[in-house]
Amino acid sequence: MEELSLKTFVFYGFALITIASAFAVVSVRNIVHAAFALMVTLFGVAGLYVFLQADFLAATQVIVYVGGILVLILFGVMMTSGRLEMRIHIQRGQLLLGGGISLALLMLLLTVIANTPKWENLTDDGTQLQPTTERIGKLILDGKFLLPFEVASVLLLVALIGAALISRKEIRD
Amino acid sequence: MSDFLSESFFHNFNIQENIQEETGNLVSYIKGNVINPIFPDFPMELGTVLAMLVCAGIFVAVVPLLPLVLVLAERKVAARFQNRTGPMRVGPWGTLQTLADGIKLIFKEDFIPQQGDKLLFRLAPYIMFACSFAVFAAIPFGQNILVSDFNIGIFYIMAISSVIVMGVIMAGWSSNSKWSLLGSLRSAAQIVSYEIPLGLSILTVIMLVESLGMREIVENQSGGIFTWLIFRTPFTFIAFFVFFISAIAEVNRTPFDLPEAESEIVAGFHTEYSGMRFALFFIAEYANMFAVSAIGVTLFLGGYEGILPGYDFLGGLPGFVLKTLGLVFVMMWLRWTLPRLRVDQLMNLCWKYFIPISFFNILGTGIWGLIFKDDDVWSMGISCAIIYVCLIGVYAVAGRNLARRPEPQTSSA
Repeated sequence: MEELSLKTFVFYGFALITIASAFAVVSVRNIVHAAFALMVTLFGVAGLYVFLQADFLAATQVIVYVGGILVLILFGVMMTSGRLEMRIHIQRGQLLLGGGISLALLMLLLTVIANTPKWENLTDDGTQLQPTTERIGKLILDGKFLLPFEVASVLLLVALIGAALISRKEIRD
Repeated sequence: MSDFLSESFFHNFNIQENIQEETGNLVSYIKGNVINPIFPDFPMELGTVLAMLVCAGIFVAVVPLLPLVLVLAERKVAARFQNRTGPMRVGPWGTLQTLADGIKLIFKEDFIPQQGDKLLFRLAPYIMFACSFAVFAAIPFGQNILVSDFNIGIFYIMAISSVIVMGVIMAGWSSNSKWSLLGSLRSAAQIVSYEIPLGLSILTVIMLVESLGMREIVENQSGGIFTWLIFRTPFTFIAFFVFFISAIAEVNRTPFDLPEAESEIVAGFHTEYSGMRFALFFIAEYANMFAVSAIGVTLFLGGYEGILPGYDFLGGLPGFVLKTLGLVFVMMWLRWTLPRLRVDQLMNLCWKYFIPISFFNILGTGIWGLIFKDDDVWSMGISCAIIYVCLIGVYAVAGRNLARRPEPQTSSA
């Protein structure tokens, strides 16, 4: 336990960063502040992925969510309003609905945690760290996950064509 | 709860660290030769952390010196291109000019817009600065001169450098100024677009090397100039130019410097910045420029491997720096030669030319890899011959077209 204390410290650091910034995302009223807090959350989750030996997943997380989706969110906010003060107003109906959904999710997670037997035996089968990229590539292209992979790519292609179509119409008008 | 964390999660992490310590990187070198002799009774982990901090310290100390040299070089190059002498007053031949400018920037008033978002305004330079420094962690400067040899090296670099745009957006938005906002919007659109051809060109290299690790990519090119990945197939030859031009767009330099176009939007996203915060942006920009050139050298131009095989003077560090500075010089050359592109030209170039070319490159590299299963003299010879013939063809066609029109029209691309 003693020699592992540093890693425990780093892990709790990452967990704290993730949870604290996630809390900021939902509690801060300024939508741009929330978006930047979300960036910190995504970095924290990427750090947790590294702890799970999923280094490729961690980098993908940063590329896709921070470099892509978050930039799009901010882009949308800035395009729609140049104002600095973008405050979110919450209506009571939304509060009820959101609260209900989060409560259901919390219950779900708690049941999963309670029903998982023996957390101690989760990993540590003596395997050494291997590059995950090779395994991911083989799983995707060897046929096991080929169909989901192709479906996802077709979905993205549809989104791409749709975006091109919408932006093209605007030019014609 | 804490038992499960320490026993299962961290055991894996421990293994990872042990593997990393076997390979010779900068952290293990510093730990073995500096930290352990000085503090022999330090626990293992604390020593590693200390070595990591020392590595980070080296880069934080050395990288700000780069702009000191590069800014002066840029001004001297610009002066030569415009038939001037450049800075001449401070120090011999003006060599201390940047130092004087830096000291001036430190003492300047740090101005924060009253109506701006003060927290984000203060935070933005640090995000850019930190991200452009984090890239250096994975660049192999020489044999064993590498902070950390991730097995996802180049992918890590792409991930970190995609975060730089967040700093730009943060700076532009928090300034609460139209110029800044416009500049950061332009920058975001540009960086997000050009990341695609950049990534696809890198993919051609990864296909040939079959690894994402930076060290493996370099060691794959260890057999002299003709094994450099740029000459390995005709497609990587094209990919290098797509990569380099996209990289110039990524670091917002002329002809792609729309985010800071002086004649249109004052200074773009850093219009409202002054003093040391502006200097941080400036350092980040030049560090990015150097980093991008270093990545290009690593991926396509043999990294720290020399022109002749078996050259390892100082672990190849001088050769690496020379090649990188060569690419940096090309960037400066382009900056003072070409006019700025329009926004529509910028997007046309990316989406209508570079992305199709990159896909063609990936397809071609794949087919090349299927035809020539192992890299031998044959595949390299054929590849070099094709590149040579194509270059002569391009030169003949382009030369004839240029000769026909004494005043070449600006093309739409």
